[in-house]
Amino acid sequence: MFLAVRSTFLLFFMVAILDASVWNSPYSETLRRQNVLFSSFSSPPKHLDPVLSYNANEWAILSQIYEPPLQYNYLKRPYVLEPLSLTDMPEVTYLDRLGKEVDRLSDKVSYSRYRLYLREDIRYAPHPAFARNSNGTLRYGKIDWKTLDSLETLNDLKERGSRRVTAEDYAYAIKRMAVRQYHSPILDTMIPYIVGLRAFSKQITAVAKDKREKKEVLDLRPYHIRGVKVIDRNTLEITIRGKYPQFLYWLAMNFFAPIPWEADLFYQQEGLQAKNISLDTTPVGTGAYYLAENNPNARMRLKRNPLFHTEYYPSLSLIEQQAAGISEALLADSGQPLPFIDEAVYSLEKESIPLWNKFLQGYYDASGISAEAFDQAVQIGSSGSMGLSEAMKQQGISLISAVQPSIFYMAFNMADPVVGGYSVAQRKLRQAISIAQDQEEYISIFLNGRGVAAQGPIPPGIFGHEEGKRGINPVVYDWVEGRRVRKSLAVAKRLLAEAGYPGGISAKTGKRLKLYYDTTATGPDDRALMDWRRKQFAKLGIELVIRATDYNRFQEKVRKGKVQLFSWGWNADYPDPENFLFLLYGGNAVIDTNGAGINSANYKNPEFDTLFREIRTMENTPERLAKIEKMLQIAREDAPWVWGFYPKSLVLVHSWFKNVSPNAMANNTLKYKRIDPRTRYVKQELWNRPAVLPLLIMIAAAVLGLLWLYRAYRKSEEAVISPAGKEGKS
Amino acid sequence: MFAYIIRRVLYAIPILIGVNLITFMLFFMLNSPDDMARAQLGAKQTTPAMITAWKAEKGYDKPLFYNEKALGIEKVTDTLFVQESLKLFAFDFGRSDANRDIGREIRERMGPSLSIALPTFLIALVTNISLALLLVLFRGSMLDLSMMVAAVMIMSVSGLFYIILGQVLFSKLWHWVPISGYAHGWEGVKFILLPVFIGVFAGLGSGVRWYRAIFLEQINQDYVRTARAKGLSEIRVLFTHVLRNGMLPILTGVVVIIPSLFMGSLIMESFFGIPGLGSYTIDAINAQDFAIVKAMVFLGSVLYIVGLILTDISYTLFDPRVTL
Repeated sequence: MFLAVRSTFLLFFMVAILDASVWNSPYSETLRRQNVLFSSFSSPPKHLDPVLSYNANEWAILSQIYEPPLQYNYLKRPYVLEPLSLTDMPEVTYLDRLGKEVDRLSDKVSYSRYRLYLREDIRYAPHPAFARNSNGTLRYGKIDWKTLDSLETLNDLKERGSRRVTAEDYAYAIKRMAVRQYHSPILDTMIPYIVGLRAFSKQITAVAKDKREKKEVLDLRPYHIRGVKVIDRNTLEITIRGKYPQFLYWLAMNFFAPIPWEADLFYQQEGLQAKNISLDTTPVGTGAYYLAENNPNARMRLKRNPLFHTEYYPSLSLIEQQAAGISEALLADSGQPLPFIDEAVYSLEKESIPLWNKFLQGYYDASGISAEAFDQAVQIGSSGSMGLSEAMKQQGISLISAVQPSIFYMAFNMADPVVGGYSVAQRKLRQAISIAQDQEEYISIFLNGRGVAAQGPIPPGIFGHEEGKRGINPVVYDWVEGRRVRKSLAVAKRLLAEAGYPGGISAKTGKRLKLYYDTTATGPDDRALMDWRRKQFAKLGIELVIRATDYNRFQEKVRKGKVQLFSWGWNADYPDPENFLFLLYGGNAVIDTNGAGINSANYKNPEFDTLFREIRTMENTPERLAKIEKMLQIAREDAPWVWGFYPKSLVLVHSWFKNVSPNAMANNTLKYKRIDPRTRYVKQELWNRPAVLPLLIMIAAAVLGLLWLYRAYRKSEEAVISPAGKEGKS
Repeated sequence: MFAYIIRRVLYAIPILIGVNLITFMLFFMLNSPDDMARAQLGAKQTTPAMITAWKAEKGYDKPLFYNEKALGIEKVTDTLFVQESLKLFAFDFGRSDANRDIGREIRERMGPSLSIALPTFLIALVTNISLALLLVLFRGSMLDLSMMVAAVMIMSVSGLFYIILGQVLFSKLWHWVPISGYAHGWEGVKFILLPVFIGVFAGLGSGVRWYRAIFLEQINQDYVRTARAKGLSEIRVLFTHVLRNGMLPILTGVVVIIPSLFMGSLIMESFFGIPGLGSYTIDAINAQDFAIVKAMVFLGSVLYIVGLILTDISYTLFDPRVTL
């Protein structure tokens, strides 16, 4: 026992002394001193293939590696697109049915042609797929079985190469999107727009199937999409049907990032697939970083791309700075070449407690705030404003908050005979319920104030969202003395009575109104939330029945319209009102689209739908705003949703972490951030000095305990062997 | 003994088929292939075309147990159950629905799981037996009584509490070890100290009580009295005679769990950021990744059967009266 204790502590000391002056660092001494960002991820990224990946935690990695043609300006608000791998914004020309150029405002526009001019200084990060033999052939085009056998990671292939990005690479990415076997999540969204994509997808899917059966490699270069033309090495032309200004936003997503054919063919080698080495695990990009280590079960490591092109930290004019509410500190690096950080280490942290404690110890540079840590980190002022707690301030931590371009709502199934429908009575029932749902209370109790009560489907920061009196939902709120006030319960009860349910009792049947709320909230932690939901309906005398179910059944019921009430949410794909208003467009009703639609409330108002079709392709003009206002007015009156809330994100950052600005649309933000490793190292040393005294006390106690046991044993032994033949000391 | 092992291996085949059948039925009762496609594709708008393509790609377009469209024996063989089960028996786990090689993933995760489970198991075994013998040595004393009370107290507290307490005490307050993380080789020692210590401590109560009970059964046997009469020291009596004769029940409980050490611990690995197998099955169930679920259930069953066979074999080593 003593030996085991002693050797354990010896080992412990050896490791500690050899490693660092602090004992509890999860990183090596060398790494801590370097210009490295320490961050975490809570669920392992499943896909890193840009054709397939459509998940925030995957894009947090992927967007540092791949570069689509456009990006969001890091600092400007409202969100502004700017060229990333292009020399300028795409040149758009509008064509009529016969392909003749027409004015953009013409009603004869049948096609929009986007011409993309590529920068000439963009190169791929070094990768074995580009390595070539002296005769020009690909070095690893066909890896022999002997090499494959000994191969564990791509780092085992020593030779690397690179080349310039060409327009063909962007076309190649779109061709990959068309292959059904690659499961692109946006293929069916793009098919109605990109000319020739439907036919191409059918053709190439059949080719891919055939090639797979014959175990042949699928090289997409000989195949072409009618609407995607490579004009020359640096120019790509994409023709889409009609007008679709939102297409530019899609061009800022990783789906449109270039894919080199060499990499696609390289990864199709059977032996590599068997070793989990594929484009899905080992990306090849042109971004500021490349993936140096991919262990989704433990750690992901990004390193600076040595061939990254020139790019500078953004500068803003005074007017832009004021519009965005940007501090001077965030502009200190304006005009400086990017990136600032050499390496980023992302560690898997499934539990919030270790993550939070490591952040407090200085081993993570930033952290969100979990429910458990909220009271420790944040103080709510008497006015409801949020501020940092004293403990956080003393550590030099700052709080960054931003309302997300997202909405969480409770939907009425408009196809339901009780809560749905468009008669005056049915509308009044929904309005009454909407007033009774106290969103402010919900945000305070269940979100620790991390949300803003929604006034309509469009969140702040998106064109069409308005603040102040103009922006309130007059069905639920009044504007009183410069602030919005929820209508009284008396108003809700009056509306309910007018709907035919005075006091919650049906005037026709004399029975209490009973409504059904479907949810996946089945855990014990959700009980309080469900009690709160029941209470909101009970205020009107309505009985709410909770139907808890698993996620699959819940989705199925929503798809088939077999629900009455349910909660749902939406995150913006891009900062355009169309991306929210289409959730209420009749053409997207889920029961009419075999479950593929996005309008899960099955809301269908012909006037709303007509206006939606108009604003869909409009630019952000006062005319568009007026139409959106009209749509919001219709939707608020019809009340297909209880508008819920827009979530607010809170991030804590240490004093050494600079240039952190919340940008909900941009994912490639690592290149703008800066670390002061020296300050971090000093703070880590200061905050993590090992407490030696408890260790010494424990060792002393163990030694004394063993001594006491030994003496007690000796005593009992001596008692047994007493020559007097009696028990007791001889 | 060889014939016995062969017989047990043959018995294992219908057991594994049964386990596999139940896994298939339970999984597909809760998740249809369409649900699985939606979960895997993760798109905001999953169209029927996407679902059809995914099912065809992964082989989930086949019927589960009976293929009406097929001819002859293929009515049974050209089904999801037979196609997938046959591969399992060849230990070909295939690829996960997220397209990763499952066998490779298991091999990669097994190491980290073992790096925690094996030291915890060995240290706990030695500590528990030593402490139990110590209590038997001082049986009836205040030490014995107070240790038994402490053992009950240790048993009564959730393992999660020890994890959080350990992290707060040893990492947050005293700054001795990293709160979580993992590294390979010697660099990784500092990461496993705390989980191993907590694992040993959390199992101390039940382990010590169990082993103490086993040894107390032996302590009044005739052979112990004879040994004492020969003048042997009490320590020698305990460690050479009592321990040896108490090994049979100990082996029953211990050997059977050795193979399952490979499977890791869900909570421990989650809290300490260990990239092991502990959460692999749970994550797969949540992600509706059937390929992983069936592979892990199959592997778990195989390891359990191996554990039982090893237990039987170990009896022959410690008790010459037992023959197989």
